[in-house]
Amino acid sequence: MIKNYLIFIILITLPFKVFAIIEVDITRGNLDPLPLAVSPLSIDDKSKKEFQKILKKENIGSEISIIVENNLKTSGLFDPLSKDAFLQAPDIANLKPRFEDWNLIKAQALITGKVSLVDKKLRVEFRLWDVLAAKEMMALAFTTVPNNWRRVGHIISDKVYERLTGEKGYFDTRIIYVAEEGPKTQRIKKLAIMDQDGFNNKFLTLGNELVLTPRFNPTSQMVTYLSYFRNLPRVYLLDIETGTQEVVGDFPGMTFAPRFSPDGKKIIMSFAKDGRSDIYTMDLENRIVEKITNHPSIDTSPSYSPDGKYIAFNSDRSGYQQIYVMNSDGSDVKRISFGNGLYGTPVWSPRGDLIAFTKLHKGKFYIGVMRTDGSGERLLTENYYQEAPSWSPNGRVLIFYRETKTNAKGEGFSAKLWSIDLTGYNERLVSTSTDASDPSWSSLLSN
Amino acid sequence: MNRSLIISSVLHGALIMITAMSLPFLAKKPLDIPPIVSVELIQIAEKTNIPFAPKAKKIIEKKKKKKLKEKEKKLVSEQAPPKKEKKLISGEAPPKKVKKTQSKTVVSFDQKKEKIKNQNPEAVPLPDKKVKKIETKKETKQNPVKTVKKIETIKKKKANQSPKKADNKVKQVSEFEKKDLFDPSNIAALIDKSKVDDAEKIKKDDKITQSQDKSVLTGKLTINEEQALQAQIFTCWSIPLGLPFNPDDMLVRIKLSLKPDGAIEDMEMLDHIKMNTPGKERFRTLADSVRRAIQLCNPLNVPTTGYERWKKIIFNFNATDMLGG
Repeated sequence: MIKNYLIFIILITLPFKVFAIIEVDITRGNLDPLPLAVSPLSIDDKSKKEFQKILKKENIGSEISIIVENNLKTSGLFDPLSKDAFLQAPDIANLKPRFEDWNLIKAQALITGKVSLVDKKLRVEFRLWDVLAAKEMMALAFTTVPNNWRRVGHIISDKVYERLTGEKGYFDTRIIYVAEEGPKTQRIKKLAIMDQDGFNNKFLTLGNELVLTPRFNPTSQMVTYLSYFRNLPRVYLLDIETGTQEVVGDFPGMTFAPRFSPDGKKIIMSFAKDGRSDIYTMDLENRIVEKITNHPSIDTSPSYSPDGKYIAFNSDRSGYQQIYVMNSDGSDVKRISFGNGLYGTPVWSPRGDLIAFTKLHKGKFYIGVMRTDGSGERLLTENYYQEAPSWSPNGRVLIFYRETKTNAKGEGFSAKLWSIDLTGYNERLVSTSTDASDPSWSSLLSN
Repeated sequence: MNRSLIISSVLHGALIMITAMSLPFLAKKPLDIPPIVSVELIQIAEKTNIPFAPKAKKIIEKKKKKKLKEKEKKLVSEQAPPKKEKKLISGEAPPKKVKKTQSKTVVSFDQKKEKIKNQNPEAVPLPDKKVKKIETKKETKQNPVKTVKKIETIKKKKANQSPKKADNKVKQVSEFEKKDLFDPSNIAALIDKSKVDDAEKIKKDDKITQSQDKSVLTGKLTINEEQALQAQIFTCWSIPLGLPFNPDDMLVRIKLSLKPDGAIEDMEMLDHIKMNTPGKERFRTLADSVRRAIQLCNPLNVPTTGYERWKKIIFNFNATDMLGG
């Protein structure tokens, strides 16, 4: 008892001062792209010579690192540093980076790697380092046939992007579009497909028939598009892997604006007859056709929400072309666009939070986004003529096409693909070998 | 022999004499130790409300006139307050949906993926779940009454530095205050202004500002100190803009142990378990960006005083506003 009393007395007489820990709120940050260093992937001499024979590339390690660098740069979220500033050799950097050197050039992240030939296959190992924390963030290795080396670069880009931004990348993807050639009045239009960075371009049709609005199946390498069959526009299906194509259904009128459902099992499209146009779905397994809208107006450009529960479309039922949303069975139709001008081509974001659209107002075309209830409309880009936005699989970037104005002689016309991210600041021209329109972005190939 | 003894004794004697004469307590007069003066440190807000002579009278008169006018206006408005009509808002917006997307790490297709290494962050103790909000300090009123601290020993300053000037100032201020601005709460400051002056000088010598001094005692940062820290970290924090908005994953709390120069001694992620939870990869990404920001800003712009206050500090990084909640 006395002992406890003494302890108590000692404790209360001890002179001490206690402060609560100070807390500081940080609610802002900078929007600058993250500076990172992409070191060329190291390669041993033997493998280097082998790859030179197989791929006709001087240094495949450097080539892959350039792909990664370009991908990350075009995203607008990263600032790859110039290789001239690198102080450490690629092979040593891959083993153990000297973080002080990378810190010196202000790199916050570092990508290193090694390329080798194993059993006649390309083996690429890469590591992502946190320079400031001086630790490894990620390390992966891929093995594939040597000809797939570009895809390896895209997959590495996706992995780095995902690790540093928290969302999936969009680099290992392809874009299908309509390649256009010839004068404006006599355009030859062919289906074409390419990697998202413009490489590996291939034509899928010969250009004998007019093709329009190709759309990727979100789950497989299947494409639906519009082409003319016996002078009637019809919806087609094309398997990219096998090259086989077929007409979707046998409708008495014309079908157009096709798009896949999120599970890839249905096609939703417009069917026009007797001056009115309604939205229909067709089950690809049993070919059952279902009418979704029934209104004496023009309902077109349907697009499913990612969960398949809702459909966005545009209609002139209010007198002007506006965007509407309804349940997937056609019930509960709600108009969501109320701004000035005409709205069209609604496309639901893969994230499900936004709807991209084309807007025509006072003679100018805009690509914009709005929330699914129509609020928060943001116009991302404005031009003389542009339309047909298509989302990247992560819902962060839109690709669309833009036409230029012709001069008095009818010259100077061109149609090009452009991309823009949701900030509206990162607008880029997507390089194509010919004029291009109607792009559609595939889902991630490496899903 | 005798001769050498005599010489030795004479020299020793001389040495003793020299030593004795040169001792400080014999050679110098005792130090004039200043008398002990008790000094009261008075808190003064960053913006003072006390007018300074000789313009004080004019200012006071103007303020009085304004107050009178305002009172008149208030009386009028109180007599006939305008009616406010509430506007009815029609239409309902459907609730927002937060989509949860899966994040897979396996690369299929014809690539063969090998996971080489997976480093886990060090284990750290669990934090409190509730997030404490910082109390914002409002320093609007001057409160000179509170006695803060007594300094017992003070070196004597050079005898009465310009006493006449000081007296005049005191008089000028006090005259107006007595006449116009008499405030019982300011009595302590009025009674002995010279003490306040001394206290201010001491504080200046110690490089402590008044606001800092106050915050030292309250254990909080002043608004200026907090803003300096925030401004520094704003520049270092690269928010991952691609991060989809999810209100549950927008706050990252990090606890730092700091050295007196602001260098980071230790860093502890308070929600570290969340970082390793499957499905919380986005939170981990945000937490990584926070860690990079802290390391990039090392050393931090900490206050020059009051180390005890901020040697441990928690930063609440909230990306809600930036990522569009």
